[in-house]
Amino acid sequence: MNIVKLKSRVSIIWPPLVIGIGILALWEGAVVLFEIQEFLLPKPSSIWTELQNNWEILRHASWETGKMALGGLAIGIVAGVTFAFFATLFRFLNEGLTPLAVAVNATPIVALAPIFNAWFGVTGSVSNQLVVATVVFFPVFINTAKGLTEVHVNEIELMRSYAAGDWTILKEVRIPNALPFFANALRVVAPLSVIAAIVAEYFGGPQDRVGYVITSNAGLARYDVAWAAIAVASAFGLSLFVGALLIERVSTPWKSAVQLEETTKK
Amino acid sequence: MNEKSAISINSVDKVFNEAREDEVIALSNIDLDIKEGEFVSLIGPSGCGKSTLLRLIGDLLEPTKGSVEVFGKSAHQARVDQDYGMVFQHAGLFDWRRVSANIELPLELHGWSKADRSTRSQEMLDLVKLPDFGSYYPRQLSGGMQQRVSIARALSFKPKLLLMDEPFGALDEMTREHMQIELLRIWEETGTTVVFVTHSIPESAFLSNRVVVLSPRPGQVHSVIDVDLGKRSESTRQDSNFFAAATEIREALRAVEEQE
Repeated sequence: MNIVKLKSRVSIIWPPLVIGIGILALWEGAVVLFEIQEFLLPKPSSIWTELQNNWEILRHASWETGKMALGGLAIGIVAGVTFAFFATLFRFLNEGLTPLAVAVNATPIVALAPIFNAWFGVTGSVSNQLVVATVVFFPVFINTAKGLTEVHVNEIELMRSYAAGDWTILKEVRIPNALPFFANALRVVAPLSVIAAIVAEYFGGPQDRVGYVITSNAGLARYDVAWAAIAVASAFGLSLFVGALLIERVSTPWKSAVQLEETTKK
Repeated sequence: MNEKSAISINSVDKVFNEAREDEVIALSNIDLDIKEGEFVSLIGPSGCGKSTLLRLIGDLLEPTKGSVEVFGKSAHQARVDQDYGMVFQHAGLFDWRRVSANIELPLELHGWSKADRSTRSQEMLDLVKLPDFGSYYPRQLSGGMQQRVSIARALSFKPKLLLMDEPFGALDEMTREHMQIELLRIWEETGTTVVFVTHSIPESAFLSNRVVVLSPRPGQVHSVIDVDLGKRSESTRQDSNFFAAATEIREALRAVEEQE
């Protein structure tokens, strides 16, 4: 079993790794071969050099932006889950709120960033965290509410036949049923929070942030530094995504047990 | 089987969306008595209210008129007293609980100790012939195995009444026949009263002491057919008595169709 586990993990990791390295090599080769000018598309190797040269600035900026992303993520998740519970408790609220949430979720919420800046001030962290929180809120709310309410009618009937009350049904059926839905939302919003934080920073705010590093360096035609900042932000977003995956694994062990069996059967 | 009454249904009507435009009379003037230890099937075309009747017995629905008594008390009291075990076509196992934890769920809710629970769930797994599957997750089991776990769960707390709503409806024919034999064996071993909803004629004939044929719109008892096949085995399926019972049920269902 453990060997199977290890094998399946290795076989999941190596194809994207090989292809990723291949793309970087192609990129490097194409820039050299076709003599593409550095300001149009810098080589991966020069981005790497700039990353090292500006490491202190980038490290600090990603830390500051990371705080915005994580803070907003936390607020958005707490709010989304709370509203989902309320929507489950009150049917009317669910029927009114859910379609509305789906509609709002389809609109570009980050476009609100300048307005949030006007409301909450451009220098503090409230405005940007609220942009992130708003972006995070809707997928978390919609998915969690779905998981809490979309329970097979027979499962509710079964619980009632055991004389279980609403609270027991919530604890034993609705919440565990919602966990995979929530984990799904988390996987979507974790990287989304980094994107939202950076885009919000494009509209102003303190200068020690990734968004500012990207816009200011691009403005000065220092594209390799901008790319380095993008690379750092990507790494951060990716690590949040991996974190979300880990949380999913730990919180829904029954899913991974079944999935593993399915992959090894193939 | 003794003569004590398990279920007593008296002049029951069930109307959905009463006094509205989409009002549906699901059941009309139902009278039915089921004795302790009896195996009774409810059969009829779709829309005849057989599942509704089962839910009235189980206190998942309330009658619009009339009364349902279970073991001499109200259906509600019987539910609170945990007299019911239920099995549906949808096995309804909880994905997040391992098989043994699924069987232990009603025991947990009824406040059994951990040690008693695990002893009992192992007994139940033995009873449904899945002794080694306790630590699996439901999704790792086939449909037939899941349904057996569902039966084990329903029987785990020794309910006096087992309510089954097309429990084998989603299974393939062979699995279905195996499950019928298993169910009869369990029924004999436990002495539980069973009310079984199905739309399979051979299934109702094979399993039951009595078959209640319902007619639709509104749901009414058309006829009640006694079946006596003695102790049943696979060879009973080739028995002339079995064919005779199936024919009688079929004719009753034809008469129901012609009524419409």
